[in-house]
Amino acid sequence: MWIRLAAERVTAEADRLTALDAAIGDGDHGHNLERGFAAAVAALPELPEGMPPGKVLVAAGRAIISKTGGASGPLYGTALRRAGKALGEAGEIDAAGLGAALRAALEGVQELGKAVEGDKTLVDALGPAVAAYESTLTAGGDLAACTRAAADAAREGAEATIPLQARKGRASYLGERSVGHMDPGASSTTLILEALADAV
Amino acid sequence: MPSESVVGIVVVSHSRALAEGVAEVARAMGVGKAVIEPAGGDAEGGLGTSPDLVERAVAAADSGDGVVLLADLGSSVLTARLVAEDAETRVVLADAPLVEGAIAAASTAAAGGGLEEVVAAAESAYDFRKR
Repeated sequence: MWIRLAAERVTAEADRLTALDAAIGDGDHGHNLERGFAAAVAALPELPEGMPPGKVLVAAGRAIISKTGGASGPLYGTALRRAGKALGEAGEIDAAGLGAALRAALEGVQELGKAVEGDKTLVDALGPAVAAYESTLTAGGDLAACTRAAADAAREGAEATIPLQARKGRASYLGERSVGHMDPGASSTTLILEALADAV
Repeated sequence: MPSESVVGIVVVSHSRALAEGVAEVARAMGVGKAVIEPAGGDAEGGLGTSPDLVERAVAAADSGDGVVLLADLGSSVLTARLVAEDAETRVVLADAPLVEGAIAAASTAAAGGGLEEVVAAAESAYDFRKR
């Protein structure tokens, strides 16, 4: 299951994410997310057997919002809740359905955080990922191909945040000093989308 | 408790001490009528933002006429936006500076202003120049 795998990856990389955040933020991103995803994983066994995946994502999103702390809680929690609502009651997830869910997650994050691509935020990973997913889908790609394309585009997008100056989030107070570091949110988004590609 | 109901005010901050301090100053301007609840720090009292604390403060501040949120920065703003979006009652995040906004909101709420008036008062606090 994606949530468990994402939690493992976030936990494994928590120190690296926190180090990235210490460079340009308040140095808590990795451990905040580790706590949030741990709460999401802890919520899973409480859910009724055979619950549709969309409902599971909504529940995980709620747990992440409640336990993460920092800006990443509301943002990742909103992403999961919106994705879950887009999936609705569907028992099986197909490539088109997941694409719509990722698009809904991106829109939710942008509505809440008001960030656009180029602001040096997680949108710089999620935006290209959704676009790559959709173009792979249009070209006839299956679930595995679409999620892999999304993960690859997220990694490229996260790498591309290194020379950017932050315009949103705590790092924006640093001005030019935020240049030269990868955005922690874009980096963690990449981990989560890679977990998705490995989970499907 | 005030005899007539007033618009509630919630101060959302990364720091419990900061939220309580702002609420203390704003209450002084609220002439015993305004209802101002602090929601500062994470659930353990450290620096951070807790959506659960904010939701509890909103419930405590709401007497039926709505609640105005004031937030300091970053995750406080995002959390406040999310709580306002999710609320089933009337909850609005003011685009206002924390201290001046809370004081302006408290004065207007204490004078019996409605939700829109209290939000407008908080937002006009950006016009208090200091130089």
